[in-house]
Amino acid sequence: MTPLNAPPIDYGAIAPLLIVLGGACVSVLLEAFLPRHQRWPAQVALTVLVVAVAGVTLGVYAGSAPAAGVVTLGSTLAVDMPTLFLWGTLLVLGFGSLLLIADRSVEPGGAFVASAAERLSVGAAPGTTTGATGVDPEHVDRSYGAPGEAPTMQTEVFPFTLFALGGMMAFVAANDLLTMFVALEVLSLPLYLMCGLARRRRLLSQEAAVKYFLLGAFASAFFLYGLALLYGYAGSVRLSAIAEAAVGTDRSDALLFGGLALLVVGLLFKGSVGPFHTWTPDVYQGAPTPVTAFMAACTKVAAFGAIARVLYVAFGSTRWEWRGVLWAVAIASMFIGAVLGLTQTDLKRMIAYSSIAHAGFLLIGTMAITPAGVSSTLFYLLAYGFTTLAVFGVISLVRTADGEATHLSQWAGLAKRSPVLAGVMTFLLLALAGIPLTSGFTAKFAIFAAALSDGMAPLVVIALVASAIAAFFYLRIVVLMYFSEAPENGPTVTVPGAFTTVTITLGVVVTLLLGIVPTLVLDWAGAGGFTG
Amino acid sequence: MNPMLIILLLVPVVGALLMYPLRHNVPAAKATAMVTALVEFLLVVVIWVGYDTAAAAAGTRFQYEFSVPWIPAFGTHLAFGIDGIALVLIALTAFLVPGLMLFAWAEKLPEGRTASGYFALLLATQATLMGVFTATDVFLFYVFFEAMLIPMYFLIGRFGGPNRQYASVKFFLYSLLGGLIMLASLIGLYVTSGNVLGQGTFTWTELQAIAQDVPTSTQIWLFLGFFVAFAIKAPLVPFHTWLPDAGAEAPIVAAVLLVGVLDKVGTFGFLRYCLPLFPDASQALAPLVITLAVIGVIYGALLAVGQKDMSRFVAYTSIAHFGFIALGTFAFSSQAFAGATLYMVNHGLSTGMLFVMVGLLVARGGSRLISDYGGVAKLAPLLAGCLLLAGMSSLALPGTNSFVSEFLVLVGSFPNEPVATIIATVGIIFAALYVLWFYQQTMQGPVRGNAVIKALETAGAGGPGAMIDPAVAASRGAGFPDLTKREIGVLAPLIVVIVLLGFFPGPVLDVINPSVQATMTELGLPDPVPAGGTSR
Repeated sequence: MTPLNAPPIDYGAIAPLLIVLGGACVSVLLEAFLPRHQRWPAQVALTVLVVAVAGVTLGVYAGSAPAAGVVTLGSTLAVDMPTLFLWGTLLVLGFGSLLLIADRSVEPGGAFVASAAERLSVGAAPGTTTGATGVDPEHVDRSYGAPGEAPTMQTEVFPFTLFALGGMMAFVAANDLLTMFVALEVLSLPLYLMCGLARRRRLLSQEAAVKYFLLGAFASAFFLYGLALLYGYAGSVRLSAIAEAAVGTDRSDALLFGGLALLVVGLLFKGSVGPFHTWTPDVYQGAPTPVTAFMAACTKVAAFGAIARVLYVAFGSTRWEWRGVLWAVAIASMFIGAVLGLTQTDLKRMIAYSSIAHAGFLLIGTMAITPAGVSSTLFYLLAYGFTTLAVFGVISLVRTADGEATHLSQWAGLAKRSPVLAGVMTFLLLALAGIPLTSGFTAKFAIFAAALSDGMAPLVVIALVASAIAAFFYLRIVVLMYFSEAPENGPTVTVPGAFTTVTITLGVVVTLLLGIVPTLVLDWAGAGGFTG
Repeated sequence: MNPMLIILLLVPVVGALLMYPLRHNVPAAKATAMVTALVEFLLVVVIWVGYDTAAAAAGTRFQYEFSVPWIPAFGTHLAFGIDGIALVLIALTAFLVPGLMLFAWAEKLPEGRTASGYFALLLATQATLMGVFTATDVFLFYVFFEAMLIPMYFLIGRFGGPNRQYASVKFFLYSLLGGLIMLASLIGLYVTSGNVLGQGTFTWTELQAIAQDVPTSTQIWLFLGFFVAFAIKAPLVPFHTWLPDAGAEAPIVAAVLLVGVLDKVGTFGFLRYCLPLFPDASQALAPLVITLAVIGVIYGALLAVGQKDMSRFVAYTSIAHFGFIALGTFAFSSQAFAGATLYMVNHGLSTGMLFVMVGLLVARGGSRLISDYGGVAKLAPLLAGCLLLAGMSSLALPGTNSFVSEFLVLVGSFPNEPVATIIATVGIIFAALYVLWFYQQTMQGPVRGNAVIKALETAGAGGPGAMIDPAVAASRGAGFPDLTKREIGVLAPLIVVIVLLGFFPGPVLDVINPSVQATMTELGLPDPVPAGGTSR
């Protein structure tokens, strides 16, 4: 009997991941042991510190990282240049989302309820579906805040966020499918819960959480089934082993492509790629806006980071056989997003459909199995993440007495009341539409150039037509804000607190800088390829 | 490394940004905007004086060149430079803007809009136009080409007429669609250049140098992408439907910039990008373009005759004129090229003046309908005279600027395209018809028309869309006044240039000719009618 050897671990490489997951555990302990009125400051300080330290550690490691990347922890994690870039992206976007989540000035007391079951006290009066607040929330909050203090918000959301972030980081670094599956669950479960925490519109929020959970569970099952088939085909769950098995073998391709199909369904679901998108509008609309921002920015990064790795490392050699199917998926996603987006009347749903269209563009980038394809996808994820984060930050500021004013008609004439907010929103929407001098254009250009040089010219033309259609609904918002008359007793624009201001400013500045001087980030994104 | 063009680009940007701190001080904002526009004009004069036509004739493709790397990963540069064609177009832009500001000085804006925002958008439009004409990097050109939409979109949508929302969105979406199709070609061009050179590039001169190495089938696809974008912008006939709406709903100053200059980006694009970068495709597809151009000449003229709205009338006459420009561009002789280029300038002047005249009429009567006016010549003889001159320039009467360019286009096009040229000549007759008919309806005969009668009876008449401050109008009392001193100030420079270019087009043609001959060389075809041979 051979002795059991512990695998060597490159602690320097995986330090950021360990810090985030460790911080999540500490955060749970804080939640358990601190008195209620101390939790919010302690949790905010801890999570911000954890993310910042993880970011610094990552920066220090990246400075001396081997260009080829390392595979560590018994070859379950691959820390290569794309991983480092994605980790950096996730940490920065996670930091921005955390600030939105932590902000208590926009929604007095924070956007989150005491617990998901707190329906009767804070939630909807029975029989209303919008879930408008029936009881004065201040009154309810007083009962568990310290006497004389501002109402506190519930703070489970912070450990959830850290766990989700840790799961995402493991997800994009996973070098075998089993690790990827575990990471998928680690990132998904907290997200399901976070969706149901909205202080306002409880029923919508809970519906979103249940829908997301049920569909997400199905998608996970698909992923697992695909994993099993691929294990049957290759005899290993390692991505590079699958690639090796696919070359020069007489085994039936049915297992390989059946497995790929099921696996990809699970991944595309997470990336909200049409036609696996049906959860997206409901969840984006129902979830508390800071959580929506977190999901829209970070989940997208994680999902497409993983899709790119799986397609590139495990299925790069067989790309001519599966690409046709993904063409169809990308086209479907772009058109579902662009066309259905036109018919939406709710701003958050509209941005959800926009994210579906963007998922189609991203899929084009991941299909180009070239270094340019990888780097352009990475760049797109970063650019899109920041823009979306800022968009949701802005959406959270426009409010009526009932909470956020997300119906389109409520945004009419907003430019007159708040020219700065309207200007920022217009800029961000132009970035989503891909107008030059914004990051959206640079990113689209990079992806389309990569796709065109890898022989996907017709797809690029279709994608450009889809972006023209999508531009129409972004423009609708601009038209409403600038050219329409404001309704009577329309929403007010809240003066954002410091946290929200920082996030929105960050998003806008990055969107502008990546549009004008993207060279540095493009170089980082192109620093190296995936390692097997 | 000559910073002149960068300064040219930055001056209006700075001016536009200054409008924000000055937004509560309208007189200061207006004065700053005007000073900015005048400085810009002086800069262009300096650039014109320094432009070396001898060097251009000796083969220097661009002057005032400036280039720094921008995004190395994409091979793009912040590269600027001008040839004679670009020079006359930036000169046109810089010449028009100060006059337009003077025109908009006392304009009554829609409720809730400020003059500083209005002038900031005008300056922003000017900046993007300067960028689009001076860029020598195709990527940079595209950036300005798209960026140009945004200030114009807000000008139409925020300051335009009653149907402005529809018009502005239609304008934006049409142009954006064209732009995105062009983006596909742009990326294709980049990838193709990478295949030929080993490393993709966007530098115009490098792309031009490899143009002959690209297979014709590839060229045709790439050409079509650029062509659709430019044909929407120009606009050629099947892509033109946005122009009458945008031109009619835009405030007059924006309409002048839109039809007078912004649309020239399309025809400029044909000359600068389509022909030199895709020479084989241009020759293969020339019959198609020329057919569209000739249809445009006739169709635009016929529709102009049927218009009830004065702004739409001017917009349709422009579609006819753009047909002439496209004909000259695809007739492949340097004389036709020179004619087309001069036509771009002249059309900007004469259509600009026509739009201004329409604006002056609307300011008095408060209506855009042709049938609301009649016999104005009896009340305002100066105004009627200026309208007649603008109309004569538009129909290319000898002695006005447009005659020279139209003649050059027709003479230069005839050897290669005799049939199309003959059909297009019929368009001149239509032009006389619609201009004279318009003049007769509004200016001649007894004093009549709802708008005129109302203006005579009520002090400060002029309904929605009136261009003059209501307080100013009321102080004048009832009546249909002739041109004021400020209005004469707006029109005088236009009149001078229109007449001057009619008799002495030489200085402008001297600037244009070397560059169009270079374009001819890049096209690689024998030149049937060399430019500069006739009609100085």
